[in-house]
Amino acid sequence: MRDDNVRKGILVPGLPHPLLCPEKNEGWQRVRDAYDEARKEIEATDAEILIVYSTFWPSILGHQIQAFPEPEWTYVDEEFHDLGSIDYKFRMDPEFAELTVDKCKERGLHARTVSYYGFPIDTGTIVALKLLNPDNRIPAIVVSSNMYANRAESIVLGKSIRDAIDSSGKKAAVIVVSALSNRLHTVEIDPKEDKIHSLKDHEWNSKFLEYLGKGRLEDVSQLSRQFHNEARVPKVVSFKPFWIMASIMGQNNLYDGNVLAYEPVWGTGSAVVTMTPAEDTAGDLEYDEDDPEFYKGDREVLDFYDQPEMGSLEEANGH
Amino acid sequence: MSKGEIVMGALAPHPPHLVYAENPPQNDATSEGGWEELRWGYERLRESLSDRDYDVIIVHTPHWATFIGTHFLGVESFKSLSVDPIFPNLFRYNYDLNVDVELSRAIHDNAADSGLLVKMMENPDFRIDYGTITSCHLVNPKWDKPIVCISSNRSKFYFNSEVMQANMIKLGEATRKAIEASGKKALLLSSNSLSHRHFTVEPEVPEDMSKEHVTNHNQYLWDMKMINLMRDGKTKEMIDLMPDFTEQTVAETEAGCLTWLMSALGFPDYKATVHAYGTVIGTGNAIVGWDPRKAKI
Repeated sequence: MRDDNVRKGILVPGLPHPLLCPEKNEGWQRVRDAYDEARKEIEATDAEILIVYSTFWPSILGHQIQAFPEPEWTYVDEEFHDLGSIDYKFRMDPEFAELTVDKCKERGLHARTVSYYGFPIDTGTIVALKLLNPDNRIPAIVVSSNMYANRAESIVLGKSIRDAIDSSGKKAAVIVVSALSNRLHTVEIDPKEDKIHSLKDHEWNSKFLEYLGKGRLEDVSQLSRQFHNEARVPKVVSFKPFWIMASIMGQNNLYDGNVLAYEPVWGTGSAVVTMTPAEDTAGDLEYDEDDPEFYKGDREVLDFYDQPEMGSLEEANGH
Repeated sequence: MSKGEIVMGALAPHPPHLVYAENPPQNDATSEGGWEELRWGYERLRESLSDRDYDVIIVHTPHWATFIGTHFLGVESFKSLSVDPIFPNLFRYNYDLNVDVELSRAIHDNAADSGLLVKMMENPDFRIDYGTITSCHLVNPKWDKPIVCISSNRSKFYFNSEVMQANMIKLGEATRKAIEASGKKALLLSSNSLSHRHFTVEPEVPEDMSKEHVTNHNQYLWDMKMINLMRDGKTKEMIDLMPDFTEQTVAETEAGCLTWLMSALGFPDYKATVHAYGTVIGTGNAIVGWDPRKAKI
């Protein structure tokens, strides 16, 4: 294993079924079992902080970071309320949350902590922390998913989080909560009959999982726009989780990928995958897009001054 | 039993800033004011209701988003704390409300009969969304009427605006039939903004009105287009334009609330009363009332 302050990256789905009723579907149970495997992988590291990025927590005002020391509530999912209530009590790291906000600001992002009793922590975060860190052994922060943020802002957010990890001296595990394909069955189904919503979704999920299994995290990140177009219901402007994960973890393909589960959960592509820093793995690299260091706001179409160099125009005679 | 009726329908947007600015005792955050144009608009809407007797408020809310059909509150009462996930610095509201479960279930059943996928929400731990609370508070701060709360089915995301509208027109008809059969008098609220592109930063003092304006001119022009159609009683034309409006201004009409309201009211051809238009963190918000008595004039 490569020595890296980020000990582990973990992709997990966020719907409540693997937590509340895994027994209703064999696949949901396999996802639940994979959660348990991922938990053991985390426990085998010396991670001191969990960084949770949840696509289930949208934000508008920049980037919000959960900093309430011990959020506690009885939660009900707004869609799957008939599955029951979830009691939770988590342990956050307010100091690390503040540090992350500082690092975000240094890179030009609008960010703030949120620390309020009763703040509505999202389903995905709750499921992930309940299953990956059930005893609150490791403190966490939770980072929102800004609904307007596109690639540059997401990459810079990831780098800011990485800055916080490195300057704190802590070892971290990064948990990204997101489905792959996110198309739900929009009708009631018999849980036993659950399946990925469409063959196309399944094919794109399989493509991503093949890459992830080979440790090709940066390549998956580079394919995020394509995936968004092909396999996502476009509720937000872009598919961000792999931009964030790759950016925090170093924008390369040097990982041992471990696909622990891939199953439908109410039609969505629900995978549990762990990425462990490795000395060398996949050699194929696709660096197609720019690598911003600071966020300077959205570039307008006519902002020529900030465009990549295109070279001089040809003379009229073609030379 | 006499026939029930809709005593008024209102476009009643839910920016939590408006509750924050009023400093009600239920809200933990305190302010120096702000957004007066809209708050005075709500005051005018309340005045317009002062001579109307009604039994129940029915609210269709974007912030209870469901993808598997349309859901209805099915528990008699709820008491808890609502913290806005986007603006927790402004809205931490202690609510205590009652639900007209009988009417809720009647609308549910009528909607099912018309072919819609519906579901009752019967988990007592469920937390009420801040959109419902904000709209209901601003219309009826005394909270002395029970509510019926209807989720917004997001078929727009899975299909398109036209499918969403077709479903919401059915839901509006089902709502009206249930009200008429119930013998009750109902106030209907469409809890949504119009144009909905927010600023992505907040002033240091959130109620600093020198920073408030519409996000862009395109949004303003579209908002005015829709509002003028309301003022002229051309609600069918407004609904026809809705998919384009929603697309062009990322409008919160994507949730279907306003289409539901127009359908429930029978697509009014009488003039609406525009109580206010203003912006909140860049989004366009109108407070508008449709009084069915005008249809009889």
